[in-house]
Amino acid sequence: MARRETLRSGLEGSGAREVSLTIPVASDMEIVATAQVAAMGEYIQMPHDKIDEVKLALVEACINAFEHAHTRDDRVHLTFRVGRDEEDGPDYLEVEVFDQGKGFDHSIVEVPTPEKTFSGGKKRGWGLQIIRSLMDSVAITSGEWGTRILMRKYK
Amino acid sequence: MNESCKILVERRGDVAVFWTDGYINNQGGEEIARQAYAQLETGARALVLNLEKTRIVNSIGISILIEVLEKVMDRKGVLAFCALTPTIDKTFRIMGLAQYAAIYPTQEEALRAVAAAG
Repeated sequence: MARRETLRSGLEGSGAREVSLTIPVASDMEIVATAQVAAMGEYIQMPHDKIDEVKLALVEACINAFEHAHTRDDRVHLTFRVGRDEEDGPDYLEVEVFDQGKGFDHSIVEVPTPEKTFSGGKKRGWGLQIIRSLMDSVAITSGEWGTRILMRKYK
Repeated sequence: MNESCKILVERRGDVAVFWTDGYINNQGGEEIARQAYAQLETGARALVLNLEKTRIVNSIGISILIEVLEKVMDRKGVLAFCALTPTIDKTFRIMGLAQYAAIYPTQEEALRAVAAAG
């Protein structure tokens, strides 16, 4: 309980807490990044099941960047934030995934369905759908400069 | 660095029980598929996948599990999952895996169900 009281004072005193991490485009680096989600989630005492959901959303966002972005710097830039919208509101954990890749138009990405997946057709392409299903809010901006996915989950 | 999943398989009559430990990505999924197909080739009718020690299955891993499920269904067999974390359970439902494969809270329940379906 003492830790909780300390945290509340910290968040109320100076807004969001932020940690940045840059990972190379390389096998299993997405799992390395999930360790930061666990640390930040535990910092705000987020339930473990919710932390797992943020971890998977991050994994999917990283995999999309690794496979499709063709980043100019061969890296994916991550920012983890914990904060609160209002003084008495719930704490949140926010993850920003930024790549300096070729960008994409997310409005024309085909929405997958189990029926299409199980009819012997395309089984991939579920990443964005999973991210949107697991997180409370997701904002995607993309252009020639790259792609930024900002996703938030409340405690 | 190797985060790949470890897989243990035990054959019990015509049922093969798989225990996974770790992250199921493309490599983990492909290894499960390889061992699952080997079990099917040697007469296994039902596969039970116990994911108790796996906390993350990414969408590529799930897409490979769907291929395994389709092969089992083609052979009129049974595929059951058990001991899923809430997040994995949710993801299986999002991708439709839960519509075609049974999910049980425990291995004992899964084994009872596949025995009854035999």
